[in-house]
Amino acid sequence: MLENISLNTIFSIVLIFCAPIIGGFLMGIDRKLTARMQSRMGPPIIQPFYDVIKLWGKEPFISSTLQPILAFCYFGFSLTSFALLALGQDLLLIIFTLGIADSCLIIASLNSKSPYSVLGGKRELLSIMSYEPVLLLTAISIYYVTGSFMVARIFYLSYPLISYLPLVFIALIPVLVIDLKKSPYDVSASGHAHQELVRGVFTEFSGYSLALIELGHWTKVVMMLSLVSLFWATNLIIGICLALVLFFIVLVIDNVYPRLDWKSMLKTTWSIGIILIIANIVGLIARVVMHI
Amino acid sequence: MKTMTKARLKSPWVLHFDCGSCNGCDIEILAALTPKFDAERFGIVNIGDPKQADMLLVTGPSNKRNQRVLKNLYEQMPEPKVVVAIGECACTGAIFHNCPNTNGGIDKIIPVDVYVPGCAARPEQIVDGIVLALQKLAEKSEKEAD
Repeated sequence: MLENISLNTIFSIVLIFCAPIIGGFLMGIDRKLTARMQSRMGPPIIQPFYDVIKLWGKEPFISSTLQPILAFCYFGFSLTSFALLALGQDLLLIIFTLGIADSCLIIASLNSKSPYSVLGGKRELLSIMSYEPVLLLTAISIYYVTGSFMVARIFYLSYPLISYLPLVFIALIPVLVIDLKKSPYDVSASGHAHQELVRGVFTEFSGYSLALIELGHWTKVVMMLSLVSLFWATNLIIGICLALVLFFIVLVIDNVYPRLDWKSMLKTTWSIGIILIIANIVGLIARVVMHI
Repeated sequence: MKTMTKARLKSPWVLHFDCGSCNGCDIEILAALTPKFDAERFGIVNIGDPKQADMLLVTGPSNKRNQRVLKNLYEQMPEPKVVVAIGECACTGAIFHNCPNTNGGIDKIIPVDVYVPGCAARPEQIVDGIVLALQKLAEKSEKEAD
């Protein structure tokens, strides 16, 4: 039994260190698939790694000494939240750690004189405000099903989580769109080729601090997708497939929709997202009451 | 250091600045970035931020009003960087070479690595120019390593 636990822990620790690499490949697949959807060849799958290595070698231009530290904190806290998830810890703690990672990015972007960076930081704050309630309600609905906030408890369920919480799963789609910084909800930092606020929150970052931000973003994507894969935790391979399907849906949404403003982002997540989750919880309660 | 040079060659992010062009060359640059030519397969991304760019594409003869902006953008780009002058005006000033308000060629303001002539420069020529600029970037990268 003890050997079994230590083997699991070792696997988790390896997974934690692999998370940024997996994220890098996911971003490469993202760029390739996006290119194919626009009938282009697209860059090679390892393109994001070339980008990060190049950024690491650029001459450092630092507009405020706090920014590289906060960029490192962004990466560190993203990795911590993934580590907590991989080790089966508390869901609330995971969500709050993710919140701290985002706050580091916001403080870094507000800590400059560039109006683009400041405006990007404010918009990033609005996007956190949009998806955080949905994530918290997701954690609460998982608590309602499993009776605990611990991620490890989800693995004890005899049926996959998605059979109890199908609507919560749907409510996570806009959250994933915001977190991956994809259209229509990429107001805080424009993705490639369609600039609005120069580069939003990332405007003042360059060189190795931007590379750290990229690594943090990859880890965050892996962390969000692993959160989604928990919805089929009884068989994790199906869970990972589920997460990849959701990733593909997000890419399709990105290529279909133009950018919308922050008001529609807030309206969508707060109305549709929260209503779906509450409907799901009410449905679960109703089922219990009917049985009695 | 070999890896670093390869990574630099594989991901040149370009910044495009129009300093008084007639928009002919700008349209051609954007044409070179469209899905037909698909610049992204070489890792080329059009980035709006000078702090994150590796390559500066300049069109038009610089004039007395915008030479300050051009110089500022150049100085904001971290090393290693290359500058590509696109179109006859950016190279020499062309028909505006002796106008009182223009400088006649951007090389009077900032150092230029590659000149792409043509009025307007065709997308194929621009892609050729960028490939030449990549060789310059590799040279600079190797020099930095030594």
